[in-house]
Amino acid sequence: MQSGYFFGDIFTLNSINKKDSFSAGVLASNFLKRSLVIVSFAALGAGQLNAQTPTPAATAVPKVAGPATTADGIAAYRALLAEDNPAELFEAKGEQLWTTARGPKNADLKKCNLGKGPGVVKGSFVELPRFFADTGKVQDLEARLMSCMETLQGISAAETINTPFGRGEQKNMEALVAWISSESKGMKFNLPQAHAEEKKMFELGKRMFFFRGGTHDFACASCHSAEGQRIRLQDLPNLTKAPEAAKGFGAWPAYRVSSGELWGMQRRINDCFRQQRFPFPLYGSDATVALSVYMGVNAKDGASTAPSIKR
Amino acid sequence: MNITFRLSTAFACIIAVGCASIPAEPDYKDTMAQMLKASFRDQGQANVGRLVQDETAAQCSAAEATGKDISDQASKALEAANMKTVKWPSDGKFLGDWKVGEQIAQSGRGATWSDAKESANGGNCYNCHRMSKQELSFGNLGPSLYNYGKLRGVVDPTSPASKPIVDYTWGKIYNAKAYNACSGMPRMGHLLSQEQIQHIMALLLDPKSPVNN
Repeated sequence: MQSGYFFGDIFTLNSINKKDSFSAGVLASNFLKRSLVIVSFAALGAGQLNAQTPTPAATAVPKVAGPATTADGIAAYRALLAEDNPAELFEAKGEQLWTTARGPKNADLKKCNLGKGPGVVKGSFVELPRFFADTGKVQDLEARLMSCMETLQGISAAETINTPFGRGEQKNMEALVAWISSESKGMKFNLPQAHAEEKKMFELGKRMFFFRGGTHDFACASCHSAEGQRIRLQDLPNLTKAPEAAKGFGAWPAYRVSSGELWGMQRRINDCFRQQRFPFPLYGSDATVALSVYMGVNAKDGASTAPSIKR
Repeated sequence: MNITFRLSTAFACIIAVGCASIPAEPDYKDTMAQMLKASFRDQGQANVGRLVQDETAAQCSAAEATGKDISDQASKALEAANMKTVKWPSDGKFLGDWKVGEQIAQSGRGATWSDAKESANGGNCYNCHRMSKQELSFGNLGPSLYNYGKLRGVVDPTSPASKPIVDYTWGKIYNAKAYNACSGMPRMGHLLSQEQIQHIMALLLDPKSPVNN
């Protein structure tokens, strides 16, 4: 059985250069006790086979007391992992980065306004994306951070946009989004929709979500507009309404066990577009922010679980 | 329900002395086009030309985003236009080897910016459909295709009795939108070679294929 599709991964697993991933990846393999991972994977496998009509292949597998369904198995696996979520390593780095003087202006980010006033981090994540008067734009966490870094520290946003994931300033972004999102963990999504630009971005995000394109006619909606859908064995959250929208949208940023990396929502959306066979979305671009507005508004009153842990 | 809604809206208009008093829903077409242009760039084989929608994609996207179904008449017109794109097998052969078909059905590769342009596209079948009883890792975005040929009474795929279902299956794989304008299934005719489609046909219709056993 090929592990690739056994876990429901159509996704030609990462095209990411592991050499460049944040050293937390290495730390994480110690952090997550190896035995724990093996046991939980075994339980997951048994759960999956037991869930199916008995076949010669299934009956040949020794009976293991495991979860009843694949989804239960995955949930049990995540619960086990969550106790030691390596995202904490990224959070610690992010918290430090916030107060570290860096960049051409040798300044920290303590005056950065994430929407609730300069320096207010707690609760900011569950209200993003939102409109910012100083930039005249609706911005998500990543786009806002780039503005702060450019204005306060002199770190070029254009350069960050053009830096491949997992390298240079992008590594710092991973840490920052991990920490900032963790400061709103458990809080409920409540994106502002009072400003005309926020309403417009919701409407554009909705159109982006249903936009069929690429070689395969895929839209976000192809996979994420109904409950109970799967690609292979991968469950697909319905991102068009509560409560599933919060379950999907509210789980990112997340630590990805398979690659040992921390992915922000920008990177999550980027990889969705890759699999949709779309061209490359620019980091922090309006199409990606509009999508987050659409999903975030749909997630209203659902709790943020970011940074979570994913397989 | 839709009709009732429209009628009551029309009625409300008359009472409100003309529909001009009802603000028109803003048209996001231009803003959307600008946003797409500013937000994406070419990467590998995935170029921005992929964001240019044909009539089918445009109409179905608009319908889904606004929650208003396209009219039966519009569906029929789109289906007819898509039917014209279907190329029937040049060698008259509809079925290939189901064993090769199974490999193509398993593969979800191809056409992303991280795939090599020269590499063959997969069929993506198992991502969305149950196909055989042996493969437990299947998606459910599309209907189950387990026992596809058997359930349709295909005993000998080359027989005249099987001709209608064989033709339909070819057409459906080639261009699903020829039968259902806003089908979620990719139009595989431009993604797979004639030979690859023949193999997938065998997987679905050959009585010896695991799909029918």
